[in-house]
Amino acid sequence: MTDLASLTIADARDRLRSGDIGAAELTDACLAASEAAAALNAVTAPTPDLARAQAARAAERLKAGDAPDLCGIPLGIKDLFCVDGVQSQAASRILEGFRPPYESTVTTKLWEAGATCIGKLNMDEFAMGSSNESSVYGPAISPWRGEGDAALTPGGSSGGSAAAVAADLCLAATGTDTGGSIRQPAAFTGIVGVKPTYGRVSRWGIVAFASSLDQAGPMTKTVRDAAIMLKAMSGHDAKDSTSAPLAVPDFEAALTGDLRGKKIGLPREYRVDGMPAEIEALWQTGADMLRAAGAEIVDISLPHTKYALPAYYVIAPAEASSNLARYDGVRYGRRAKIGANEGITALYERTRAEGFGPEVKRRIMIGTYVLSAGYYDAYYLRAQKVRTLIKRDFEQAFEAGVDAILTPATPSAAFGIGTMADADPVEMYLNDVFTVTVNLAGLPGAAVPAGLSATGLPLGLQVIGRPWGEAEMLDVAFAIEQASGFAAKPAKWW
Amino acid sequence: MSIDKDTARRVAHLARIEVAETDLEHLAGELSGILGFMEQLREVDVEGIEPMTSVTPMELPWREDVVTDGGNAERVLANAPDARDGFFTVPKVVE
Repeated sequence: MTDLASLTIADARDRLRSGDIGAAELTDACLAASEAAAALNAVTAPTPDLARAQAARAAERLKAGDAPDLCGIPLGIKDLFCVDGVQSQAASRILEGFRPPYESTVTTKLWEAGATCIGKLNMDEFAMGSSNESSVYGPAISPWRGEGDAALTPGGSSGGSAAAVAADLCLAATGTDTGGSIRQPAAFTGIVGVKPTYGRVSRWGIVAFASSLDQAGPMTKTVRDAAIMLKAMSGHDAKDSTSAPLAVPDFEAALTGDLRGKKIGLPREYRVDGMPAEIEALWQTGADMLRAAGAEIVDISLPHTKYALPAYYVIAPAEASSNLARYDGVRYGRRAKIGANEGITALYERTRAEGFGPEVKRRIMIGTYVLSAGYYDAYYLRAQKVRTLIKRDFEQAFEAGVDAILTPATPSAAFGIGTMADADPVEMYLNDVFTVTVNLAGLPGAAVPAGLSATGLPLGLQVIGRPWGEAEMLDVAFAIEQASGFAAKPAKWW
Repeated sequence: MSIDKDTARRVAHLARIEVAETDLEHLAGELSGILGFMEQLREVDVEGIEPMTSVTPMELPWREDVVTDGGNAERVLANAPDARDGFFTVPKVVE
């Protein structure tokens, strides 16, 4: 018997509609797989009762012939999304015990489309990290193993989502991406991850990190599944003032794999110092695949690429220091104990000292510093000007006729848990070198698995699209998926 | 730009994060390292460049100034670490 949890959304959709499998059976298979995967530490709050109730409703809709694409499809939800009545704490101690009395717009849409919720998924604290090691729940572990059976990171910040999808604990998962937090973990675990154009998906009810950069997106087993799930997540929402009042295309219908007449750019600035030969080779192979699908490959220049990471690490912490000011131990979450003679300032300061982990504290303080009197112009204002230049680089490439851009997704394959423990914080930031430009420019980006490293680990390519050009971008990713025939799965050890 | 111990203490206080006196030196070193990485931004010619205020060209929408939600005091207070008689409670603020 096929393991039902290993199905794609597209296959499960067809089999649910034909009555070949039942919604309850499929959801139970995922709940069982999740329960048996404690070693991965991917699921932080299982929601079997919610999942089964949703599956029962999905079964009725399927029977009545009113079944949207996601009807009966079991999903995992990153802990950053508020789910009504379910522990939602952004993997932070400071939100200990928080049960939101409301539902995020994205999850509302997913449940309305008939999806079932198997549980909340692990992540870096407040989505700040690239290895899932800053989580209060402890790190999620990749289902892939390194040399000598070493435990590997699934990447971050959406590490639990990546591990859960790659290990077949659910059919797909939600992620969020501020600097690469969907695409890097997707690349590390051999799955597909999509960061939509800024404004495509509502941010309402998602714990905010850096509001001008954050976007939610799907993490799935195939490009087709990403197209299906993205459509369900997208659309205008009056509750998010930056949500775009645009119609949502049928992304799945746009998948042809035929790139005749398309022009794909390879940015020369992404050939960074010290890039491993296998990443360079993968990139060239990807370009060859697109050429074979009919595309014209052109070299392009994005001259301000080098400054994207330092600009990002000014802007994102600045926004975070403002967004995270709300965690003060008064309205929700964890409150520190203070002495009889101490006052409100001690309450704030100790609550935040005890509640936030070291990386979150560092970023809040960096953000506070770059926004403080005397430094605002030198750091924050300058970084926002550099951001304008980075966006302009992309605009000029697109104006010159480029339809999409191909780059590596990450500078390496997944690294071992704990191997970055003594590294400088900046070394961890370098994981985002190929992805962060896309957030700064508000563009859509997709990571798609394209090959294996010398040590047998997944490697991904990134396709960057025009603003609102997710459909075309996904078609390019689809061509890579078809040509690479990537089908590697981690050997089950958990 | 290097951050000294006094600046680290001031930033921590502005951010309302308690840091032990013995940890300030280490914190100052970490923050200096990160700021050093950002120094590269000084190389960029930003003369005449507008700072980005919105990544997609859009006007923020207006809506009617009417009540759209409310009457949820109990649900709002449900997650408070300490709430009494329909209020959040905090230590005494005014002497």
